[in-house]
Amino acid sequence: MAATSEAVVNPAHVEKTKKAPARYWDEPQEGKDENKVGKDGEQTEETLPQKHVEKAKKRKNDEDRGDAKKFISGKPDPFPGPAHISKDRMQKFKRRDKTKKIPRQHYKLKDMMARSDEVSEMAQKQAARIDLLLPEDAGFLEGDEDEDTCTISQEDISDAVDITSASKYFDLKLSQFGPYRLDYSRTGRHLLLGGRRGHIACIDWQTKQLMCEINVMESINDVKWLHSEAMYAVAQKKWLYIYDSNGIELHCIRKFNDVLRMQFLPYHFLLATVSATSFLQYLDVSVGKEVAAINTKTGRLDVMCQNPQNAIVHLGHSNGTVTLWSPNQKEALVKMLCHQGAVRSVAVDKTGTYMVTSGMDKKLKVYDIRAFKPLKSYFLPAGASCLSLSQRGLLSAATGDIVQVYRDVWSTPVTKPYMAHRVQRTVWGMQFCPFEDVLGVGHGEGFTSMLIPGAGEPNFDGLDSNPYRSVKQRQEWEVKALLEKIHPELITLDPTELGQVDQATFQQKHQDRVQALGFDPLAKEKFIPRYKKKGRSSAGSIERRKRQVANEDLRETVQQSSEDKMKIEKERKEREKKEVLLSSKKSALDRFKK
Amino acid sequence: MKVKVLSRNPDDYVRETKLDIQRVPRNYDPSLHPFEVSREYTRALNATKLERVFAKPFLASLDGHRDGVNCLAKHTTNLSTLFSGSCDGEVKVWNLTKRECVRTLQAHEGFVRGMVVRYCGTSFFTVGDDKTIKQWKIEAPAYGEEEEPLNTILGKTVFTGLDHHRKEGVFATCGQQVDVWDEQRSSPIRSFTWGVDSFSAVRFNPVETELLASCASDRSIVLYDMREPAPLKKVIMTMRSNTVCWNPMEAYYFTCSNEDYNLYTYDMRYLDKPITVHMDHVSAVLDLDYSPTGKEFVSASFDKTIRIFPKDGGHSREVYHTKRMQHVICIKWSADNKYILSGSDEMNIRLWKANAAEKLGVLAPRERQAANYSQKLKEKYQHHPQIKRIANHRHLPKIIYHQTREQRVMKEARRKKERNVRKHSRPGTVPVVSEKEKHVVTVVK
Repeated sequence: MAATSEAVVNPAHVEKTKKAPARYWDEPQEGKDENKVGKDGEQTEETLPQKHVEKAKKRKNDEDRGDAKKFISGKPDPFPGPAHISKDRMQKFKRRDKTKKIPRQHYKLKDMMARSDEVSEMAQKQAARIDLLLPEDAGFLEGDEDEDTCTISQEDISDAVDITSASKYFDLKLSQFGPYRLDYSRTGRHLLLGGRRGHIACIDWQTKQLMCEINVMESINDVKWLHSEAMYAVAQKKWLYIYDSNGIELHCIRKFNDVLRMQFLPYHFLLATVSATSFLQYLDVSVGKEVAAINTKTGRLDVMCQNPQNAIVHLGHSNGTVTLWSPNQKEALVKMLCHQGAVRSVAVDKTGTYMVTSGMDKKLKVYDIRAFKPLKSYFLPAGASCLSLSQRGLLSAATGDIVQVYRDVWSTPVTKPYMAHRVQRTVWGMQFCPFEDVLGVGHGEGFTSMLIPGAGEPNFDGLDSNPYRSVKQRQEWEVKALLEKIHPELITLDPTELGQVDQATFQQKHQDRVQALGFDPLAKEKFIPRYKKKGRSSAGSIERRKRQVANEDLRETVQQSSEDKMKIEKERKEREKKEVLLSSKKSALDRFKK
Repeated sequence: MKVKVLSRNPDDYVRETKLDIQRVPRNYDPSLHPFEVSREYTRALNATKLERVFAKPFLASLDGHRDGVNCLAKHTTNLSTLFSGSCDGEVKVWNLTKRECVRTLQAHEGFVRGMVVRYCGTSFFTVGDDKTIKQWKIEAPAYGEEEEPLNTILGKTVFTGLDHHRKEGVFATCGQQVDVWDEQRSSPIRSFTWGVDSFSAVRFNPVETELLASCASDRSIVLYDMREPAPLKKVIMTMRSNTVCWNPMEAYYFTCSNEDYNLYTYDMRYLDKPITVHMDHVSAVLDLDYSPTGKEFVSASFDKTIRIFPKDGGHSREVYHTKRMQHVICIKWSADNKYILSGSDEMNIRLWKANAAEKLGVLAPRERQAANYSQKLKEKYQHHPQIKRIANHRHLPKIIYHQTREQRVMKEARRKKERNVRKHSRPGTVPVVSEKEKHVVTVVK
């Protein structure tokens, strides 16, 4: 103890440069301290920390936090205030705009709206923050200089990646019962294969475990998983059948005949089917009832896809039109003429923004289906027979026996495919595996699983579709999902419509109320000037007082707009002044100016 | 060539041992969660349906009185004790957790008109038809001791109501006049009259503790300040008010239950127009009590129902009735905001839940979270027609159902007539009188 105290007493004699350690009870000396810190480090880095401090200060001002928080050691916090959230990330989680200004008389409503705005902004910020913690990054493939990624073969990729990923590139040789249709379950763990000549196989494709394999001894048009991997639907020659994962026939649904294509709407528990007799039918698989049967009157239907964002079914027809259907209406919601010849395939992206179609006219077209406008049109020499979109927006198109994968088909004009691969025979079915960088291709010789880096969504949501869920978790999820099964009547083009104010009904109701009451309860009260004594209620003064409050709201808006204008004008002037100041530095050529 | 393919390690997503809880990685990206609104709506619909399924408000009936229950009193410091006085002068003390009577005393001859527990919770006062005010100990007399009041005051006239000051040893009675008594004295320290022959209820303001409100038989509500010799002001209405109750959280507001089937909430400062008219009962409203949060109040009516109103809502959010319950005479909202107690004509005291679908007992954290979430959902989607229909539906006894409809028809007819009169008379001669203004005759200061 004694030795240490001595050392403290006379440090200056021993070493000049040594300084007493900073204590929190000492008066902090911000600027000096920082300089010291800079000098202690290497000379070359001197500027760096200072820059940092400046930046930090700037942010502090932005966030409007009070005085800088200091640590107990006396050092200032280099990153005061909450961390910055990038704008596009905030935009991603934006649910609604801020409420517009509410008139002053609705003070309770104003308070409520302010509070709810606050809460939603907090939720948005939190979600944006948590986005940073997501564990996985998306895959990618980059070629070397002047190497096209489309020339890189699957073998090269599987050699370059780790063993588990390499095992996801495989071929199943099933030449006997092909060609094959396929379907991945919603979690991406299970694969369902249906051969044209009656062969059905369920595979846990990552572990390569066969769940069941049967032959229905009939031709098969399409196969589809239902809500979980316990059941699947098979469209056979005549009827629609439902099997369980052990291959036991559960139902034969005779109401659904000659089904060619199927789509499953997972949140509605609806199986939508189209048939050779031009019927579009919806089956509620949770109760086993037919919800709607619509005669589309457009002939044989074999091109179908669903919009995952609003559960609208898109059908492609032989006259080049694509029609949009909901179970609530007997007519098509929208008819779009997309191609000169017949439509061969349709696909809609995950966000429900873009639709990609291919037709007999060998064109591949991209549409914005919110505005129903064509965005891009490409010409494929062979024409695409099958289209599929991945979760991250990669488009795979099959032309004969070649599978091509394109990137960014809607934003930039594409000239070259991202990847390409040739399978043994004509492609019959194709689908990207959810949450994996894998594309499954069913063809005449069996099934090929390809590696497409960057195709799958890297981070799944455990409560929605969890590839690693246990049986217990699946059961629990099933119960929850059934409880919040969306009623088929809620299928509309705009799924957010339910959360908006029904203005028309409100106006109607208000009108009825006015009729019943005999007066408008929401109308503004007419201003009646108070009676004042001492002759101040003469007709003239009453008129004057009336004029003072007349058109008050109008005046307010006018005032506001004029203030805004003034502000803009002022800003403009200041900017000009600055420019003048900047340009006022005399150059050598200024003397020639007149 | 640079390549990266998604390759997850299952160990990061699966629990290590069976003793762990399952891992649930979340991704809140909206594009992974389609149909946000419709799914939330479905959840809200389910929550609303479940609420109606679990709405079982009736908990217990306390029987033992040999005549109609005329007044109830809450213990000020003990949640499980309840006092009730009946029309034969008997007072019973109840233990609500055991749901049994712990003590019975013959307090008065004739009705027990009013009862109140002293703020400290050591004694309680009763007034009766025998013109006496009696003070009793809370504890039951020891073995061998006689049941005797601590104090008895013999008044000149019949007392009809009683209330105690919140902080001091002062109480007020009403009868032919409103008297303020000091506990130590046998004569009132102050007597208020305002040309009225009788009062039916008197209440101390729980916040501004020196203020009093009383209901008089001349259809008026009179306000007093205990420190002043004369009453403050009064409002005269079209019909007589039976009882009055102050809002325990907002000192200015009080609500009165009226003979004209309605309840009126007034701001003490502006008596010329009630803040809210609460309609729904189909017979005279006899009693009301505020919840301790001041957000809601419960009313008892001659139409054999109990209704719960939000403090600023014109219509009730809940109605309770049973086949056996007759005219409800007195009502109390328990101090923990969870229960409602009603005393009725047919000699029973009934215990109800204040929130019909609430689960009683300790909630697990997840249970509580789920309840809060569904509550929020119900709030968010309450205006959707389907949800509104389910949430608002209540089964009513046939008589009340028909009476409600009849009232509605009568009101509509009156309004129609007024509208026609207005249409056919000179503009401005028949002004629109709002429902609030209709029931106030005048304000006297």
